[in-house]
Amino acid sequence: MLIKTEETIVAPRRNFLGKGGAVLSAAAVGILAGNATLVRAADNPAGDVATLNVALGLEHEAIGAYQLGAESGLLQKAVLDVAVAFQGHHKGHRDALMATIEKLGGKPVKAKSLDEYAKALGAGGLKSQADVLELAARLELGATNAYLGVIPSFADKGLAKVAARLAADETMHWTILSNAMGKSLPANALSFGA
Amino acid sequence: MKHLPAVAPTPSLRDSARNRTAVGVRTLFTWLLLLGIMSPVVTTWAADAGRGRQLYEQRCSACHSMDQNRVGPMHRGVFGRKVGSAAGYDYSAALAHGKIVWDERMLDAWLSDPEKLIPGQRMGYSVPNAADRADLIAYLRTESGK
Repeated sequence: MLIKTEETIVAPRRNFLGKGGAVLSAAAVGILAGNATLVRAADNPAGDVATLNVALGLEHEAIGAYQLGAESGLLQKAVLDVAVAFQGHHKGHRDALMATIEKLGGKPVKAKSLDEYAKALGAGGLKSQADVLELAARLELGATNAYLGVIPSFADKGLAKVAARLAADETMHWTILSNAMGKSLPANALSFGA
Repeated sequence: MKHLPAVAPTPSLRDSARNRTAVGVRTLFTWLLLLGIMSPVVTTWAADAGRGRQLYEQRCSACHSMDQNRVGPMHRGVFGRKVGSAAGYDYSAALAHGKIVWDERMLDAWLSDPEKLIPGQRMGYSVPNAADRADLIAYLRTESGK
């Protein structure tokens, strides 16, 4: 099933990479910076900046997690390709968040070292591809719920919409990963962000 | 094939049952009202640490874990700990200079509205449901050995 999904995910990634790698971040920044409500947030952006920095921390961690998975030698080629694609999405999120934080006058949090992420995520315990997928799925689900959870806290509705769009990406990642692990769909509706 | 006749209670039986139910509800309501008046703190649920663990996994584990500082600080031992004191975590100035100690009341206020309790903090997430907060706090307390 994961190989099948690769057809739909990796192809866009190749297109993206083929255009120099800056396309997504520039587009994402445009989405954020072009939002009219963003200007109003400049009146009192401290709370939104703090929340965006927490989101940025999550994106840094996700990029690190996929890097650890990619370097683990545990992933089959098809799975590795999807992992790299997902990492590319997280890099796009990171770039957009950093640009927005700076535009609001904030200072983006920096990424930690890969060793720090390895320790925090218990990467030493990863022994199989299934372990890597399990970790990735857990982080993606957590990020989905976190983004949905912070939507009400944004003073700026445009930023709330961005959080919802980030959540949609993370949900897509979680769904693909869960499917690859053979897990069943959520039994109930409205399972995310509950 | 024979069909069994539908058996419906007679109007008098239905009325009697309705009256008994109404009396029961009134009695229960009266007792609840009395308990509410007599008790300064009315706890309408028992905090469930097991459910709190599930909620923690769903809502907190994106940023937190029990034993590692991640996007948020580690949580083991948080119950009874002074704010901003998890070793090795880079706190906001608001929390780093905080004076409060995390007990049930403070954790409830924090989860209800972090910014209201400690302005300038960084957590943009809150838990609006009181029962959910109580269960989460019960879990954190258990994991803190308290």
